[in-house]
Amino acid sequence: MKVKSLILSAALAALAGGASAEGVKVGMITTLSGGGAGLGIDVRDGFMLAVKQSGRDDIEVVIEDDQRKPDIAVQLADKMIQSEKVDVMTGIIWSNLAMAVVPATVAQGKFYLSPNAGPSALAGKGCHPNYFNVAWQNDNLHEAAGAYATSAGYSNSFILAPNYPAGQDALTGYKRTFGGELAGELFTKLGQTDYAAEIAQIRASGADSVFFFLPGGMGISFLKQYADSGIDIPVVGPAFSFDQGILQAVGDAALGVVNTSQWSKDIDNPTNAAFVETFQAEYGRLPSLYASQGFDTANLLISALATASPADADAFRAALKAADFDSTRGDFAFGPNHHPIQDIYAREVIKEGDVFTNKIIGVALEDHADAYAAECKM
Amino acid sequence: MSTILIIEQVLNGLQFGVMLFLMAAGLTLIFGVMGLINLAHGSLYMIGAFAAAAVAGLTGSFLLALFAAMAAAAMAGVLIETVVIRRLYATDHLDQVLATFALILIFSEGTRWVFGSFPLFLDIPDAVSGPVSLPGGIQYPLYRLVLIAVGLAVGLGLALLINRTRNGVQIRAGENDREMIAALGVDISRLYTLVFALGAALAGLAGALVGAIQSVQVGMGEPVLILAFVVIVIGGIGSIKGAFVGALLVGLTDTLGGIFLPELFKLFTDAATATSAGSALASMAIYILMGAVLIWRPTGLYGARA
Repeated sequence: MKVKSLILSAALAALAGGASAEGVKVGMITTLSGGGAGLGIDVRDGFMLAVKQSGRDDIEVVIEDDQRKPDIAVQLADKMIQSEKVDVMTGIIWSNLAMAVVPATVAQGKFYLSPNAGPSALAGKGCHPNYFNVAWQNDNLHEAAGAYATSAGYSNSFILAPNYPAGQDALTGYKRTFGGELAGELFTKLGQTDYAAEIAQIRASGADSVFFFLPGGMGISFLKQYADSGIDIPVVGPAFSFDQGILQAVGDAALGVVNTSQWSKDIDNPTNAAFVETFQAEYGRLPSLYASQGFDTANLLISALATASPADADAFRAALKAADFDSTRGDFAFGPNHHPIQDIYAREVIKEGDVFTNKIIGVALEDHADAYAAECKM
Repeated sequence: MSTILIIEQVLNGLQFGVMLFLMAAGLTLIFGVMGLINLAHGSLYMIGAFAAAAVAGLTGSFLLALFAAMAAAAMAGVLIETVVIRRLYATDHLDQVLATFALILIFSEGTRWVFGSFPLFLDIPDAVSGPVSLPGGIQYPLYRLVLIAVGLAVGLGLALLINRTRNGVQIRAGENDREMIAALGVDISRLYTLVFALGAALAGLAGALVGAIQSVQVGMGEPVLILAFVVIVIGGIGSIKGAFVGALLVGLTDTLGGIFLPELFKLFTDAATATSAGSALASMAIYILMGAVLIWRPTGLYGARA
């Protein structure tokens, strides 16, 4: 049956001569096990929700778990391209895995749609016509945090992040837009979970605000210990430490903290309202930032498939570039380096009944593009 | 850099050290008595934290949560000792490393299966939350003082158990000559199971205590496990006293290094380079300490085995 339908569709494709609307095979490599699994699961669930809603049964998605390991991601990518013959790849969460997979994937003529990782190397000199980032460039949310801190009147920030490339980018991004002085700047160990020493330094520094980028468990630990220390210096951070998936674990410690995000469940547009409602109905939990990114990635792909097929790379690329889909974020367009131009919001952590969640309090950066677009030549 | 800050950092180092001791004590007992390398010790720490979060969520009692953490970790310890590890005493360390590494994966994914991929909520009980004022104008979190007290109490209890009780004599004897103590009529396999359960319960207690100020999530045990191994290498394998001294040394070196090395570098170079270079060196500080101790005493500070 399957062979028959394959032959049939091949014959149809041959007849139509690569006409519009035809099927596509998507390879999704994402993190589904281990400590970082929550992010990959949200991207996958958001993506599959959009595929399901589109009603198209000609989109085949092959999903594999990279276990957050670059070597495994590379093996999976080879397998998907060589033997599965996918047309489009997506799914990677972590920048180091993206750097291992994306350049080789696009060099082999495949398309890559990033639902999360946005390392600067792929936005600037290393940009590629077949690489599209649907989430953000890595620096964006930190730049928004710096802009928000400036507009909130803070003039003396203490900033900290783990000592690895994304952490260094975070502090660079914050400093790019923050107008005040720095009371202190610290790099912590990656994976560190005890921040007593850093918190004591913050207390002694005389800062009027704290910016931190500590993804995952690091951020949970930091916030809980910060709240327990009794310091009342306001905290600003990117959405990664205040996302729906981890807010419940942080608990009261996060209440009132301002964080920056390109998405929030209360962005007021019909697409987003429907997304939040259907996601919750389908999976029994509130969607996260990552879920929205997976959802938007799939909808971008579906919108491009409506006018072109990956078999016709130029037309398909143009269709992706047009970004003619209803984003959960409202306004969304690609810049010249195929990274988003979008609003980035300041959100505040609130409690709705028993659930910790975010509420938009303003726009931190309007129609924001990344700092690397000028270096991209394609 | 004020004296207040330095005293506060020393307290932080102590607190980190005594928590490491709870991990390292079990690890060193199991290594010392049974000659077994147990990489799954970090999983027992994770099990303790998850059990505590689950019970605290159901009952709202932190004390019950702590008991549940120790019970769950001890039960998991007995289970893996009787099902897997008992077969590995006679084999070499490589087999033990492989088998217990497999256990890490099984426990991690098993926990994820039961509790889901998202971190759990476990909070400090109200009675011990918030800062207290210490003499000299130091504001210090009360919970961390409680951690120091609990760690010291457990250390004292262990020292009494090992040095003053009959079981302690058997444990020490088993460490030196397991054939002889078996020949004297001590049920050595029951003793091993008990030691393993005790070590597991300590790891579970550490997981629950630390889980309240950190994140309760899959994989939380692995970074601590590495530090615990550093502690027992420094302290000397099989020595509770060594584990205690080693844990405090590692805790203090790690905490103070992270703060003072970047400051030290600022004396020679500009702030950005100093922050980056100092932080990099601070990450290595405990391994440099370990290297230095091993050059001076190849068996660790209190190690008997050559």
